Parts: sequence; structure tokens; C-alpha cells
Amino acid sequence: MPQVLTANRLKAGEVAYWNRSAGWVDTLAEAEIMAPADAEAALTAAAEWVRKGEVVAPYLFDVRTDNGVIVPVKVREAIRAAGPSVRTDVGKQARNVSL
Amino acid sequence: MYRYDEFDFQFVRERAEQFRGQVARRLAGELTEEEFKPLRLMNGLYLQLHSYMLRIAIPYGTLSARQLRKLGDIARRYDRGYGHFTTRQNLQLHWSQLPDVPDILLELADVEMNCIQTSGNNVRNISADPFAGAAAGELEDPRVLCEILRQWSTLHPEFSFLPRKFKICVIGTEEDRAALLIHDIAIKIIRNEKGETGYRVYVGGGLGRTPYLAEEIGAFIDKHDILSFLEATMRVYNEAGRRDNIHKARVKILVHQIGIPEMRRRVEEEFSEIRKQGTLEVPVHEMVRIAAYFAPPAFEKLADECPSYEQHLRENHDFAQWAKTNVHPHKMPGYAIVTISLKPIGKTPGDCSSEQMEGLADAMDALGQQEVRVTHEQNLVLPHMRKADLYALWQKLVPLELATPNCGLVTDIIACPGLDYCDLANARSIPIAQAIAKRFSDLDRQHDLGELKIKISGCINACGHHHVGHIGILGVDRKGVENYQILLGGSGAEDATLGEILGPGFDQQGIVDAVENVIGTYTTLRQNGERFLDTYRRVGPHPFKERLYAR
Repeated sequence: MPQVLTANRLKAGEVAYWNRSAGWVDTLAEAEIMAPADAEAALTAAAEWVRKGEVVAPYLFDVRTDNGVIVPVKVREAIRAAGPSVRTDVGKQARNVSL
Repeated sequence: MYRYDEFDFQFVRERAEQFRGQVARRLAGELTEEEFKPLRLMNGLYLQLHSYMLRIAIPYGTLSARQLRKLGDIARRYDRGYGHFTTRQNLQLHWSQLPDVPDILLELADVEMNCIQTSGNNVRNISADPFAGAAAGELEDPRVLCEILRQWSTLHPEFSFLPRKFKICVIGTEEDRAALLIHDIAIKIIRNEKGETGYRVYVGGGLGRTPYLAEEIGAFIDKHDILSFLEATMRVYNEAGRRDNIHKARVKILVHQIGIPEMRRRVEEEFSEIRKQGTLEVPVHEMVRIAAYFAPPAFEKLADECPSYEQHLRENHDFAQWAKTNVHPHKMPGYAIVTISLKPIGKTPGDCSSEQMEGLADAMDALGQQEVRVTHEQNLVLPHMRKADLYALWQKLVPLELATPNCGLVTDIIACPGLDYCDLANARSIPIAQAIAKRFSDLDRQHDLGELKIKISGCINACGHHHVGHIGILGVDRKGVENYQILLGGSGAEDATLGEILGPGFDQQGIVDAVENVIGTYTTLRQNGERFLDTYRRVGPHPFKERLYAR
């Protein structure tokens, strides 16, 4: 199953996603979808970003694509990508950007 | 309430400045995350799903209007304009940014608050009866002992690295409004046959994956011996508690492994050693000094009957409905205790906006209220209201959306933050609470059902106290999908029991139907004004099970 690399930004704590051409991005829509082998390599390389104090706690999660839209397999990641499902006025979903 | 002295102020401010240095070193890359994590946790700062979460201690759940106003102000300026009151009588801010936290800690210090020991394997915030000092039949205000224990256990060198976190609770009445027996150490103020007050001590309670109710370990501990006795109990735990497995490290596991008689033997042996040295006796003058901080307000001599209050009750149906559930008897004639529900139908249990915190602080000032209490049921309490002021209070609470008339009813639901916020959660709790509250929003129906406590946790760690709900709900992850188990028959009150899982779980929609189904079984079977819990205890799980899982 394809995967996405995620972490939280050290300063703001905000959820971030990895994209090799853009670096750490704020929305899941901008994330890079990787085959498991590439994803593992990206996770290993993320240690350097942790060392540099850009992000903390990187890990991979499974996604599928639905008409070109990245959809996390687990609810947890859908909630991290959007914000609390019970407070749509806060979190990334409140910024009116494409998730 | 307790006021910081010069030393307290200095200590808490130095701690904030120390953290400022640690944050700066982390941001400069001088500290790794592994090195920094324990330091931030020592200041109550967690990394959750969306952001950092700051857990602010509210000692024994007591806040002044000034503190409440400050919390609202901090939530607005540094966070997203709201906070979440927890089942441990604390406040959590969900959207903290790391560089801001030292400033937040300094601002908290200005109003005599901090985040020390709101995380880590140490003695956590000590909880107490939210009706302390106001309840009829209370032997003594439990917060006096709470404050003594807070001072004793803060940065206690021997107990700063316990096998696991440690929760203490104190109450002073027969009625239990603090979920006493689910704590690692539970203390009840009692009176012996000679008329002296002392402490009955229980040990080994806790929920999580292995739930137990605490068992008695000291039938009557003299007041001046309490620190020696607790030190003995914690020393036995600190030495013998497991450190190899986080899931088996709480004192409840030790107690149930060696048995309460052996635990008692070991504690008594240690207790007599400590007593011989005599260094841990609480001096009477110190007890008196601390008790003075908790002296009740100067009560007026009032008649218990209050004609203006009675008249408002007759003339205003909404006010009367609110008073029915949210106003409770006070020990003094002409006074009442008020519960302010943080459970508006369809909103997040325990959430409170900056406007609500500030509005309530203004109302407290206007009505001469010194203190507000946080309950483990995620509500607030004004302990000393004159009955003559209740209508004026209610009028101020209504526009703040703080006048939901549902205390103790089916919509007064405890819910942990769950998968909407929490890194540990497996399933969402809040949407389930909201859906159940909406399903049962009809107030007449709620009154018909009477006292009914629903408690929801989004994972096995049980921050939502699901084991002690009359109806408990546990969210689990079943092959990537949120699934909800239902437990019946728990209680966190003076008749404490642990609920039992009824059967297979349900999806998000199904669990709401399941709750309605078991409540339907109750309304069919109840006799002579029985509560849900009474009926369950009389008939057992089978009628509920049969109807719920009928094909």
C-alpha cells in the first residue's frame, strides 16, 4: 500500500508532510505518495530533519488515492490532516485550503 | 484558598525561566528530542495529534475568579480561545506552540498556578470533593490535607521517579463526588468512636487496562501520622512496584499481586520505622496555618426559606428546570451549591471558551463568589451561593451558554478528548457523547430517566472513566474502524463498582442505538423509582443483553 511520511513541526507542533520537491508541507494534498521502499528510505532520511530541529516524531502511514485525492486508511490520519472532527473551525480545515 | 508565599512565587517563576532556557536550547539544536521530551513533560507539555498540549494543574480543583479569568485570557492570546476541563480537575490547552510556553508558565505563575507534575511518574494533581467546605455532613474540608500533601509531594526527591504516575484523592463526606476509589491512594476523613477525626486510607485503585477499586489499608490513621503513613505506602510501592512493564507498573498491580494483607504488613513495618524517627509528623501549628487558607467565607445568618427564590421558581419554568438538577443543598441555611454544566447538548463535554471563563469570572465578582471548583465530571461548581442570588446567577449564565439544566442526567456525559485530539486514542469519544446527548435532548425524557451517568473513553487508558459509568463506552480500533464496546453497572460514587462489558461492540451509529436500547430495557423493568443502576443491580446483565443482541 502507498505511504505518506508525516511528522509534527518542532516549534508549532503542527502536522507536516514530506514531499521531496517541496520539503515539509502543511497539507496532505501536497504530500508525496511513496511506494513502501521509497517511504522507508524517506523515513530514514527524516532523521536529519529531526536532528536539524525542523520536525519531531516522523512516521509513515498508509494511504489510497480516490480520484486523485489522497485518502488516509485510518481515521487518525484523516483527523490529523483536517483537525478535530468536532471543531471544524480550528485546525487545518479552518484555513479554507485544499486538504 | 491557599496563597503562594514568597518562596512559592520564586520557585515557580524560576521553574518557568529554567524551561525558557531548555526551550531555547532545544530550538538551537543543543538538546535532542530524546533529551528534551522528559523536560517538557515535567512542565505538563505533551505532543498530541495536532499540536502541543499544555496541562495546567488546578490543585484540588479550586480556582479563584482571577485565575479563571487569566486562564480565559491565556487561552485566547496563546491558544485557540478555549480549554478543556479534564476528569482530573485540570485544564488542557490543545494548541500550544513551543516558543510560547515559557511565557504562558510565567503568566500562570502571576496567578499562582503551574504545570508541575501534571505528567510523569510522580504524584499528580491531588483531587478532592468539589463540594468541599459546602456539603452538609462534611467532617472537615479535605483541601487542607490536599494542600499539605501537595507541598509534601511536589519535587519530593524520593518520589520523583516512581514506577508509574500516582494519583491521590481526598474526601470528607460519606457521599463520594470525587470517584475516590479509582485512585492510587484514596483518603476519606472519618471520625472514630472517641470523636477524633482522622483518615481512612485505601490503596491500589485505578482504571486503564486492569481496573481495580482501591482497598482499605489503614482503618484509622491519626492526623499527625498521615505523611508517615503515606510515605510508608509509597516507599513500599517505589521499591517493589514493577519497572519492567509499563502496563504492570501502577500500585494497583503490586497490591493485587502480593494481596492487601501482605501490602498492609509491609506498609505497617515501614510506617513503624518512620514513626520511630518522628521526623514526618505534621506539626499542629502548620495544620492550623494551612487550614486558615480554607476557612469558609463569612456566612450570613439566613432563613433557609427564601421567598424571592421560591417565587422565581414558580414564575420561571426554565429557571425551575435548571434549579431542579443544578442546585444542591448547602450546609448553611439560605445557601446552595450550584453546578454549572459544561455539557450543552451537542457540544464538547468539558470544553470552556475564553468568553465563558471570563464571563463566569465576572459573574463571580458581581455575586461575591471567591471560588469556583472543577469536578471530575467535567463541570464547574460555585460552592457558596446565597439562594437569594440564584436567579441573578442563572440570568448571567444563560447568555454564556452555561445554564444547561442537565446535571446528573443522561446528557451530562463524561468524555475524554479521544481521537479528535489525543495521540493515544483509538477512537473518537466526543462525537459519541454529542450524538447521545442529541438523542436524549428532550428534558422531560431526561427527568423521566433520572440519574444516569454515561462515561466514554477513546482508548483503554480510560481517561473518560468508562469502567465506572452506569453506562460505560469504550472506543477501540477494530481493523482500522472505530468500534464501541458497552459496559453496564459501574459507579464512581460511594456505591463504587466496576462495570462489565455486555457483548460485542458497535459502530458509531450503532452505539447510540445500543445506548437507547439498554435505556429502553431499564424503563421497562424499573420499579418504584429505581435509578438505572439500581435496576441493573437488581436484574443483572441478562435482560439487557437479551434485548440488545436479539436477532
